[in-house]
Amino acid sequence: MNPALVYFGIQELRSQLLITKRAEPLTQIQSVEPSTGSPPLPPATTPERKAAAPAEARSLLATAWMRIRRSKVALLSLCVVVAILLFAILAPVLSAMSGNDPYTSNTSPEVLDDFQTPGLPLPGFMYPSAQHWLGVEPGLGRDLFARLAYGGQVSLTIALLSTAVSVVLGTVLGAAAGYFGGKTDAIISRIMDLFLAFPHLLLVLSLTPILQSRLRDTPLGEGSFLPMASLVIILGFFGWAYLARIVRGQVLSLREREFVEAARSFGASHLSVLFRQIIPNVMGVVLVYATMLIPTNISAEAALSFLGVGVKDPTPSWGQMLNAAQSGNWYLSDPWFLAVPGIMLIVTVLAFNLLGDAVRDALDPKASRS
Amino acid sequence: MMTFILRRTGSLVLLLAAVSFITFTLFQLGPSDPAAAACGQECTPERVAEARVALGMDQPFLVQYVDYVRGFFSPRMIGAPGAQTLCEWPCLGKSFQTNENVADIIGRSLPYTFSMAIGALVLWTITGVGLGLLAALRKGSPVDKFIVGAASVGVSLPIPVTGLFLLLLFVNQLHVLPFTTNEISSPFGPQGPGAWVANYLLPWIALAVLFSASYIRVTRTNMIETFGEDFIRTARAKGLAPRTVTFKHGVRAGITPVVTMLGMDIGLLLGGAVLTEQIFSVPGLGFTAVHAAISGDLPVTMAITMLAAFFVIVANVAVDLAYAAIDPRVRLQ
Repeated sequence: MNPALVYFGIQELRSQLLITKRAEPLTQIQSVEPSTGSPPLPPATTPERKAAAPAEARSLLATAWMRIRRSKVALLSLCVVVAILLFAILAPVLSAMSGNDPYTSNTSPEVLDDFQTPGLPLPGFMYPSAQHWLGVEPGLGRDLFARLAYGGQVSLTIALLSTAVSVVLGTVLGAAAGYFGGKTDAIISRIMDLFLAFPHLLLVLSLTPILQSRLRDTPLGEGSFLPMASLVIILGFFGWAYLARIVRGQVLSLREREFVEAARSFGASHLSVLFRQIIPNVMGVVLVYATMLIPTNISAEAALSFLGVGVKDPTPSWGQMLNAAQSGNWYLSDPWFLAVPGIMLIVTVLAFNLLGDAVRDALDPKASRS
Repeated sequence: MMTFILRRTGSLVLLLAAVSFITFTLFQLGPSDPAAAACGQECTPERVAEARVALGMDQPFLVQYVDYVRGFFSPRMIGAPGAQTLCEWPCLGKSFQTNENVADIIGRSLPYTFSMAIGALVLWTITGVGLGLLAALRKGSPVDKFIVGAASVGVSLPIPVTGLFLLLLFVNQLHVLPFTTNEISSPFGPQGPGAWVANYLLPWIALAVLFSASYIRVTRTNMIETFGEDFIRTARAKGLAPRTVTFKHGVRAGITPVVTMLGMDIGLLLGGAVLTEQIFSVPGLGFTAVHAAISGDLPVTMAITMLAAFFVIVANVAVDLAYAAIDPRVRLQ
C-alpha cells in the first residue's frame, strides 16, 4: 500500500491494491482465454482490431474492449473520457468558434464591475452567453471557456506524460528486479521501499520549485513550458515505485514458466528475454495501473497548481483555475468560478477512475468477483 | 517475538538514516545554489560567498550531512566562523526567512496538525468501516449499490474542490460554522472543546469524505470475503445469534486490512495534510511546508519532509509490530 497517494485525493489506487492483492497473474487469464471458447472477439470493425499494434497488445486491448462493452458504466465512462480528450484536443477549434482565446484580457467597465465589487464580471458576462460560453474570469476578464479547454490540454498533457514516465520506469525496473533477482532485486526493492516511504505531495511540492530553478537555463525552461516539464518529471519520477512493486511480483512467477526457459535454451540473451518475453506478458497489469495512475496525476497537477507551485498564470490549467477562483476569494462572490474548473475536474477524475475499475475488471475478473 | 522486535527496529533505524540522507541530498544538491536562495534578492557575489560559508557549504558534502544529523542529538553551532550562533537541541537548522530555529517552527505547527488528524481519523473510520460493513451485510441490495456508488464518487472528489465548497456552503452561505482561526490548537484551550470541534469540523469532513471512500471499499470487500468463509457458516450452524456471528466472528477476522490502512494513514496525516491545511488556513505542518516551499526556505521544507517520512516509516513499523503481536505467523516469515 502506498500511503503517499492518499495525499492527492485519490485513494482509488490504494484500495484497489488492497482488494486485488490476491489476484493471480494476468497472463494466466490471457493465455487460457482463447482456448476455452470464451465469447467471440469483437467484430473486425472496432478500432482496436484495426490498430496496427503488436499481436500481444492487440489481443489484450481486444479482451479488455470485449468485456468493457458489456458494462453500461464502463461504456459511459469510456465515452466521457473520449469526450474530454476531444474537448482538450479541439481547444483551439472550439475557442475559435466562440471567437475567444484564453489570454486576451478585457477589463473594460462594460465587462467588469467597477463599483461594488471591482473586478467581478457584470451580470451579462458572468454566466454562459453566446459570446462567452462560460462567462469571463473575474479580475482579468479572460474567456472562461477558452481557459477551460486550453487548461484541459495542459492538465491532461501533464497527467498523461507523467503517467508514461512512471509506467516506463516502473515496468522496466520492476521487471528487472523480478527477473534478475539477487542483488539487482535487493537494490531495486530497497529503492522502491524508500520511494514509497516519502510523503508524495510534500516531496513533490518542495522539490518542484527547486527543479524549476534548475531547469530555467536549459532548453526545457522556456516560458510556459517550464512548469509543465518540471511537473511531468517530478510526478513521473515519484510515481513509478508502486507499479514496479506489482510488476516485480508478477515477473517473479513468470520467470519460472516454460516459455522463458525455452527462449533461453534457444540462446536468447537475458535482455531479449526480459523485453520480448517477460514485459509483453505483464502489459495487462501495466495497463490496469496506468489507467488508475492517470486520475491520480490529474489530481496531483490540480493540487500543485492550486497550491501555486505548478502551472502558473497566465498559462491555464484546471488546478490554476481553481487557484484563480480561490485567490481574491472570487469563489465566495460567486460559486460559478469554483464550479467551472471544479466540476470539470471531478467529472474527469471520476470518469478515469470508473474506466480504471472497468479495465481492471475486464483484464482481471478474479479481483472483482465479490 | 523479541528477535522480531529487534529486527524490525533495526531496519527502522536503517530506513530513517536512509531517508534523512536522501532528503538531505535532494535538498542540498537540488537547487543550483542554496546560498543564493538563502541570501535573498539583493545579493552581491561577496554576500553569496559569505552565505556559502555560513551554511557550511564550503565543507565536503558528507561533512555537511553529518553536521546536520548531529543536530538531532545535541545542540550545535551554526554560521560562519566568528559569527556563529547556537542552535538549540533539537537542531534542524535555521529558517532562511526568519532565522528562527526550524525545530521551534515545527513544534508550533504540530498541535494544529494533530488536531486535524485526530478528528478526521475518528470521523472517517466510523463512516468508512460502518458503511462498508453495512454494504457487505446487504450485498447486492440497493443500499449496497448506493454505498458503492457513493464511494466511487467520493474517491474522485479533489480536496481543493470539496474544501472550497464546504467553506462556501457552511461558512459563507449558511453561517453555521466560523471561519477557522489559528487561536485554537487543542480541545483543552480556554475556548473549550466545543469551539475546537466547530473550528476543525470542516477540515475533518473534507478529509473524511475522501478517506472514508477507500475504507468503505476495503471493508466491504474483505467483509464479504470473510462472511463467505467456513468458520462463519460453522458459527451460524451452531446457532449463534446473527449479531454475534457478524461482530464477534466476522468483523474481528475481516478487519485486519483496515487496521493496516489506519496505521499508515495516521503516519501520513501527522506529516501534515498539505491541501486541507492550506484551504482552511490551519497553520499546521503542511501549511508551513507550502509557504516555505514557495518562498524557497529550504531548511524548513527539508525538515518537514524528513519528519513526515519519519512518521510514515514509524507508523509502518508500528503496524508490523501490532500484527506480530496479534498473529504469531507474521513473526516467522
